[in-house]
Amino acid sequence: MWRLIRNALAALVLLVVIGAIAFAVIAWRPEIAAIAAPPQRAAFDRKDIEQGAALAAIGNCDVCHTAAGGAFYAGGRSIPTPFGTIYATNITPDPETGIGEWSETAFRRALRQGVARDGHHLYPVFPYDHFIDVTDVDAHALYAFLMTRAPVTAPPVPNDLPFPFSWRPALALWKVLYLRPARFKHEPAQSQAWNRGGYLVEGLAHCGACHTPRNAEGAEQRDQKFAGGSSEGWYAPALNAASPAPVPWTADQLYAYLRRGDDPQHGAPAGPMAPVVHNLARVSDADVRAIATYLASTIAAAPGAAPKPPSVALLAATPGKDAAEVFAGACASCHSGAPGAVAIDLAHSTAVNAPDPRNAIRVVLAGIMPSPGEPGAMMPAFAGALTDQQIADLMSYVRGRFGHEPQWGDLVDKVRAIRTGQEKS
Amino acid sequence: MTTININGQSHEVGADPETPLLYVLRDELALNGAKFGCGLGQCGACTVLVDGEAVYSCLLPIAALGDRNVTTIEALGTLAAPGPLQHAFMQEQAAQCGYCIAGMIMRAQALLQKTRSFTDEELRAHMQPNLCRCGTHMRILRAVRRAAETMRAAELSTKHREATR
Repeated sequence: MWRLIRNALAALVLLVVIGAIAFAVIAWRPEIAAIAAPPQRAAFDRKDIEQGAALAAIGNCDVCHTAAGGAFYAGGRSIPTPFGTIYATNITPDPETGIGEWSETAFRRALRQGVARDGHHLYPVFPYDHFIDVTDVDAHALYAFLMTRAPVTAPPVPNDLPFPFSWRPALALWKVLYLRPARFKHEPAQSQAWNRGGYLVEGLAHCGACHTPRNAEGAEQRDQKFAGGSSEGWYAPALNAASPAPVPWTADQLYAYLRRGDDPQHGAPAGPMAPVVHNLARVSDADVRAIATYLASTIAAAPGAAPKPPSVALLAATPGKDAAEVFAGACASCHSGAPGAVAIDLAHSTAVNAPDPRNAIRVVLAGIMPSPGEPGAMMPAFAGALTDQQIADLMSYVRGRFGHEPQWGDLVDKVRAIRTGQEKS
Repeated sequence: MTTININGQSHEVGADPETPLLYVLRDELALNGAKFGCGLGQCGACTVLVDGEAVYSCLLPIAALGDRNVTTIEALGTLAAPGPLQHAFMQEQAAQCGYCIAGMIMRAQALLQKTRSFTDEELRAHMQPNLCRCGTHMRILRAVRRAAETMRAAELSTKHREATR
């Protein structure tokens, strides 16, 4: 009897030890030796540095790796996630606080495997599950670009994550489950532009990071690719058959939107999409065209190809008090819908036709303001002018008059939550 | 008829409920401080306060006002007795053509009603929606800072007087 228990205990201990060793094998990553000093500018081809700048713009690197008012790429920006707040790191070539000690091998491993030079796992808020597709040539260009930026001393800000999310080795299991190589596969039957666009969209541009819904572990749901996601409290519209755009996107319209920041049939970039389009200004015409070509094909699976007529019937169901007067006095001077009107015909607006009202509410509350000195779509903020109830009534009115979808619900609560900053993720 | 509260007074106005407040102020109530610039909420010349928030009166239908209180530049002072902000704008000569100034002053007033101490960056971010095409921005910013100082000093001396009374 005792022997039985002893044997069982021994077997249990053995299992635990084997499990721990197996986990350590999975989770452990070696340190990659520090380089004595960041490479000199002369070590790189000037063309590679320039190409790296364009690729960094496609990857939107500066948006996360730059704090508000901070030095470019010096990190420190807080990124809210459902698990806690993560602070972007300093990716300038400062040896102490940045990536100045990182060899190109270490940089490539971080980019594609999410492992820092010293061997610790990086959180997938850094989208290495997309960057895994970046080629050696492009990784070299990115490395050339980042290592030739001015080094900035900016110590990393500690993440605000509860246990167990704060325990980085657990990320190894996440990677076993969700890190898959080669998201994009070259299709010889497709055009060169389509293939180039696919490589960029699925890889460096990491469009799916926002436009694909995520599961409970924060991984993109592969079977829901481009089905619409969330970013910083904004709805990231679906880029597949579920696209809420009333007028189906064409490659030319996507190009206009991504190149000029405006397409009269769809709207202007706002929220987290605004800096994406801003960054694309530094990208070659051919690459923007390629991205548009590929995305048009992911959206083109849309079954309803013809524009849907506005639904007038819904209006009667939700007669918000004074909403028609508010629309006439506050909105119609730009959104009249008449030919030559200053702003988008709301019957075409993706925000008005989206499955959730967050974007429409946010745009009404805060407006759309281009960065100082930059061109771009502009809309005044109505946060001070209209009450929560008035904005909710206005949303119902606009959805009923211009939308093609059923009414949104709980609008007053949603407006209040967004106004008070309670609405997150 | 719609009842609206302007500068502490209740007014019955006959304009249609969707009429933007700016038209009512200027055409019915002869309060001509707020200016018509673009009519699209892009320049800020029409800025007034609604319950302390700076808003574009050209895009605010009177139907939306309810019982909220509107403050226009006429309430800040008179030619003989200008308010602290108006005085500061005169001291800094912060106007060239002057068309944007009523709006500038009202947007600045919204800030000063909330706080008297702010960084330069906060001030610039707050004033950003209002445009001045003459290029008087530096003087406008100086005037707002001057007004904030004047108001702070006045508060301090009031406190001092109360403490020593």
